[in-house]
Amino acid sequence: MHIPDGYLSPSTCAVLYGIAIPFWYGAFARVKRLLNTRLVPLLAVASAFCFVIMMFNVPLPGGTTGHAVGVGAAAVVLGPWASMLSVSIALLIQAIFFGDGGITTFGANCFNMAIAGSLVAHFVYRAIAGRSAIPSSRRVAAAALAGYAAINVSALLTACELGIQPLFFKDASGTPLYAPYALHIAIPAMMLGHLTFAGMAELFVSGGVVAYLQKTNPALLGERPSVTSEAQAHFPAGGGWKATRPLWIRVALLMLLTPIGILAAGTAWGEWGARDFSDPQMRQQITAASGNLAPPSAQPEGLARLSSLWAAPFPQYAPPFVRHPAFGYVMSAMFGTGLILGAFLLLAWITAGGRPSDASQASP
Amino acid sequence: MIRTRGKSRGAVECTLASFVDAIEHAFYAEQIAKENGLLQKLDPRLKILAILPLIVIAALARRLSVIAALFVFALVLAMLSKVPLSTLAKRVWLGVLAFTGIISFPALFLTPGRVVFSLPLVGWIVTEQGLRAAAYLILRAETAATFSVLFVLCTPWNKVLKALRVLRVPLVLVVILGMTYRYIFLLLRNAHDMFTSRRSRMVGRLDGRQQRRAATASAGVLMSKTMQLSADVYLAMRSRGFQGEVYVLDDFRTAWFDWAILGLFTMVAAAALWWGR
Repeated sequence: MHIPDGYLSPSTCAVLYGIAIPFWYGAFARVKRLLNTRLVPLLAVASAFCFVIMMFNVPLPGGTTGHAVGVGAAAVVLGPWASMLSVSIALLIQAIFFGDGGITTFGANCFNMAIAGSLVAHFVYRAIAGRSAIPSSRRVAAAALAGYAAINVSALLTACELGIQPLFFKDASGTPLYAPYALHIAIPAMMLGHLTFAGMAELFVSGGVVAYLQKTNPALLGERPSVTSEAQAHFPAGGGWKATRPLWIRVALLMLLTPIGILAAGTAWGEWGARDFSDPQMRQQITAASGNLAPPSAQPEGLARLSSLWAAPFPQYAPPFVRHPAFGYVMSAMFGTGLILGAFLLLAWITAGGRPSDASQASP
Repeated sequence: MIRTRGKSRGAVECTLASFVDAIEHAFYAEQIAKENGLLQKLDPRLKILAILPLIVIAALARRLSVIAALFVFALVLAMLSKVPLSTLAKRVWLGVLAFTGIISFPALFLTPGRVVFSLPLVGWIVTEQGLRAAAYLILRAETAATFSVLFVLCTPWNKVLKALRVLRVPLVLVVILGMTYRYIFLLLRNAHDMFTSRRSRMVGRLDGRQQRRAATASAGVLMSKTMQLSADVYLAMRSRGFQGEVYVLDDFRTAWFDWAILGLFTMVAAAALWWGR
């Protein structure tokens, strides 16, 4: 899953670095606030652990062995933020010193494994483990499934990144310049191995580590990681507006920048409307973007039928009551961001059992 | 990520072999870094500024000939830096070729384009575009990996980390990376000792389930030791007056030679960027 240099176009790499940097920044600020002077030794040693755990060979049913990334175990014990930093540092050392994974693709590898993997593992673990007791076997199952889900989401993201390369990056003769397989090949090829063997390796390691810690060191499986909780008692978390202000400012800036999308020419590949199949100009664009394969002459029947099932309130990011397209984009961005925030607030309220959430009680 | 091994090597042996490989790789890199070659003489900060653009341009280039020329340039650098080509072949090229070769092989048949020939018995059609796609992937991966490995082999690890500051990597991250690298070897030794002691107590063969239990329990022990170690290191740092500030001694000096080599690399990079458009 470590994507080497040369598999992704530099623009894809740049986008994924751009996505990863705010997560690194946010995670670093959050962990630093929680740990203060403990930050350096904890992250250094935890990253070394993540590196070493990636070298463990786990025997799998069928006579094979597999390597785990260890992101499930790291997210359960360290929490998602420290986990994404530790796994990122381990990946950086792997890339620089051991040539496993590329330098240009480092952002992509971190986004797939460290960032998405840690967040997925954390949420799956929290959702399944719920409020069960520390020695409960439910926690072992939760950790195992968290590791399995995390590695498969990481694999899916990797497959998508590889699969979009031949759609966008070809030379004049139509030769793919980077990873040559389209999504319909990349996704099954990647997921087959990860849904089975690699997923199982992660499942066994995450579940096994939690099962072992339940017996020997249950403090590490507390609601808050023991290493951070002590520091948190001395250095209480400063949540609220002040802590999140930089993130809110960035979100606002990004919303204001959304009209840049208007500058992009053409339609995104695969996002055509049913009417586009009968528009000669759109047909030309679809043909050019699909490796000179002409689309069907008539609207695909299923597409025509299903496209009428749901009418978007803001079609093409242009609310009907707004005339200026740039303002429509900003309105759509605000509406979408509001919906996402609302969904997360609702989720937080549900997982907290209907009680108001308290920032100081949140797991780091 | 998946390795199929013969029955003769169990998971314990495979894991031990991985640990030994990692330690051996690190020691070998330290040895090469002490040689008196071209890249070893270069200031580490300028070395990053010289080599990183070449890796990016190898990924950007849209002409096979330009990527091949960059690869030849990497070979010349290796020879001038006294890095044995056999080492590069064994440690980089064969590994990349095996991995990328397997991945790019089906592209020969799956990429639509002008037919070059068809395989006699199965009738699979190889296209010109498929051949070029595979060549792009393999050449890019080999060239970028060669530049990365040359940089790491020719620079002591502590200087690599300090040099990262030229890329505006925060100082605290440089310190964390340095400590991580050091503790990797401590944890590798711990893990190696655990597996060796486990193997020394084993009579006969463990079945798959027992091996799995042993591997995951070892991971759990290592996790506990890691947390204990981090607390011990923290206390040791505090007892020596650590209050959160980190410092790095920058003892780098540049000479005209460093700037001349950086100029040469920049010219190569600019030419590759121009021709590879």
